[in-house]
Amino acid sequence: MTTQAWIEILLIPLVKIAVVLGAVSLVVAYLTWLERKVLGFIQARLAPRRVGPSGLLQPIADGLKLLLKEDIIPAQADKLAFVLAPVVAIIPAFAAFAVIPFAGRSFQVLGFEIWPWITDLNIGILYVLSISSLGIYGIILGGWSSNSKYSLLGALRSSAQMISYEVPLGFSVIGILMLTGTASLPGIVDWQRAHGWWGFAVQPLGLFLFLVSAIAETNRVPFDLPEAESELVAGFHTEYSGMKFSFFFIAEYANMVVVSSMAVTMFFGGWLPPFPNWAGNWLNLGLDLVHPAIAGLFWFALKVFLLLFLYIWLRGTFPRYRYDQLMDLGWKWLIPLAIANVAITGVAAMLLAGPVA
Amino acid sequence: MLRTETLDINMGPQHPATHGVLRLVLSLDGERVVDLKPDIGYLHRGVEKLAEHEDYVQIEPLTDRLDYVAAMSENLGYVGAVEKLMGIEVPPRAQAVRVALAELQRVASHLVWLGTHGLDIGAMTIFFWCFREREQILDLFEGFCGARLTYNSLRIGGLQQDLPPGWVRKCRKFLEIYPARQDQYEELLSSNRIWIKRTKGVGVLSAAEAIDLGLTGPALRGSGVSFDLRKATPYTGYEKYAFEVPVGQAGDTYDRYLIRLEEMRQSISIVRQVLDSLPEGEVRGKVPKKIKPPKGEVFHMVEGPRGIQGFYLVSDGSERPYRCHFRAPSFVNLQALKKMCVGGMVADVVAIIGTLDIVLGDCDR
Repeated sequence: MTTQAWIEILLIPLVKIAVVLGAVSLVVAYLTWLERKVLGFIQARLAPRRVGPSGLLQPIADGLKLLLKEDIIPAQADKLAFVLAPVVAIIPAFAAFAVIPFAGRSFQVLGFEIWPWITDLNIGILYVLSISSLGIYGIILGGWSSNSKYSLLGALRSSAQMISYEVPLGFSVIGILMLTGTASLPGIVDWQRAHGWWGFAVQPLGLFLFLVSAIAETNRVPFDLPEAESELVAGFHTEYSGMKFSFFFIAEYANMVVVSSMAVTMFFGGWLPPFPNWAGNWLNLGLDLVHPAIAGLFWFALKVFLLLFLYIWLRGTFPRYRYDQLMDLGWKWLIPLAIANVAITGVAAMLLAGPVA
Repeated sequence: MLRTETLDINMGPQHPATHGVLRLVLSLDGERVVDLKPDIGYLHRGVEKLAEHEDYVQIEPLTDRLDYVAAMSENLGYVGAVEKLMGIEVPPRAQAVRVALAELQRVASHLVWLGTHGLDIGAMTIFFWCFREREQILDLFEGFCGARLTYNSLRIGGLQQDLPPGWVRKCRKFLEIYPARQDQYEELLSSNRIWIKRTKGVGVLSAAEAIDLGLTGPALRGSGVSFDLRKATPYTGYEKYAFEVPVGQAGDTYDRYLIRLEEMRQSISIVRQVLDSLPEGEVRGKVPKKIKPPKGEVFHMVEGPRGIQGFYLVSDGSERPYRCHFRAPSFVNLQALKKMCVGGMVADVVAIIGTLDIVLGDCDR
């Protein structure tokens, strides 16, 4: 093969992966900072502000602290599974970013055309759903191998919860799939651009179901039962400390970013600017004039940020569901609603556009 | 047939939701509580025995450390008991100030309850909001006596000193601010579907059960029994102030939540009435230099934030009591825990501990 081909096949994807991994790690680190700042504001208190200006270096200080902490493996734990669990939890969380389209246009670097996503799978949505459900193995392994009753209860809770909410999560996406006729994430955004509709306009119920199930999937308030500190101390990661603990922590936050990116891609037009171009470029801040890829990245990041803000806002506002109530909500409300949504979408699509070829 | 076993789980004494050092041994069938054994005594300091070796003035700081979330009520009950034993008259100004302090203490104590109860159920923000207002009450206490938690500022026969200049103004300012803040709490929780789901029908006690178990305070009133010592046998001049005793119906956690919120509003109203009608004059009655009560015994009760705080003193005529006993509302109310929890979920246990509002310093003594 020529050098040209080698670069295209091997080097560019590797660089992209490195960039995405680095960027996601940074986003996750600063998501914790953002969360503490926003919660501090909601709760009428000062958030971190000692390390660096406005506490901007706090995530780094936290990371260092966790790195330096003693690495404890409980004596009665299953050592192999105990060490493996955080790794199993964190890899899928990062792997899911492989198909997320961060912007819409390619750009040129040294004569090579580079697309702003790692890969465009034609089964992108399925890939994300299946990869992110692998993360649960990390939680079950961690809870079980700790040989602690609190961890076990936390792990059982979270496996029940994640399995239950995977169903409405999957169903909520089907509506979009039926309309767009593609499972490729860039394809879905292209459909939204071509039709001038963002996903939430045609799938409001789908968006609602997706958001609720996604919050449950990522174990966040009000569905943070697996780690309910007031009941189960810290749930499945009770026995974890230091870097192993932070792996679970990073995985949770990376998953938040993943589901927010998915929601943005499917329901909020991905990298598309909020105003159509005929409204004049100034409404879209004229970013398109700089470079379409930068404009796309900006809008994508802004939308993801707003969703993440919603996450934090919910955390500041809601109490926690009880286990049985959570199951009630999942099985008696979300799943029937999700199935109804699929049925309604199908009928409506048939009536409006005729059968999809 | 598959064989199932219950899982025994040890909750506490180091656990985020047991409000101190309560230890519970839970038997769980899945997430359901089959059996529950509370284990107390981790904070036992032998206060009652210690008191036998102190003179009557020195016992007051010990009472501070019973229910350290509501030390002012403990002080009030104790000095009341000694005054009853010795037949000391307390000047009206001291009485009025005592009422104001006790009611502010009730609000402060209920704020701690609301914050931690919310935190137990997963609502994080309410905790910080409550502590923001509690801070202001503690500032008022600090302005009065210099201490923020263990006051030791009431004296047998009156007060340690009169209110400092400007205190009434500061207090009025707080009374102005507070009601709107409480509206915010209620906005956050009272109509929140998750909050209602987590508290309605949880930890239900009928009126008969509550009476049988000897519950007092909001835990009793939540079950529909209108019994408040401030109304039933007024002390410290409570009969002079107009207030209502809120009563629940369902006897569940949500009702007890509503009752405590209403009690805070009533307390604020009492403090306002006290400030409006604050008599002038001495704050210390005629008290002998050496406090030597006559031979005899006395039992004095006050309505604390958690229920009836009782003080039993036996005097043999010397400077030290022959025997002391403190009736701790937390200890008695804790009896109801098993009855309320069994059959519920693990998550209900923390909600019920929260709604019983126990303080382990009070419970273990």
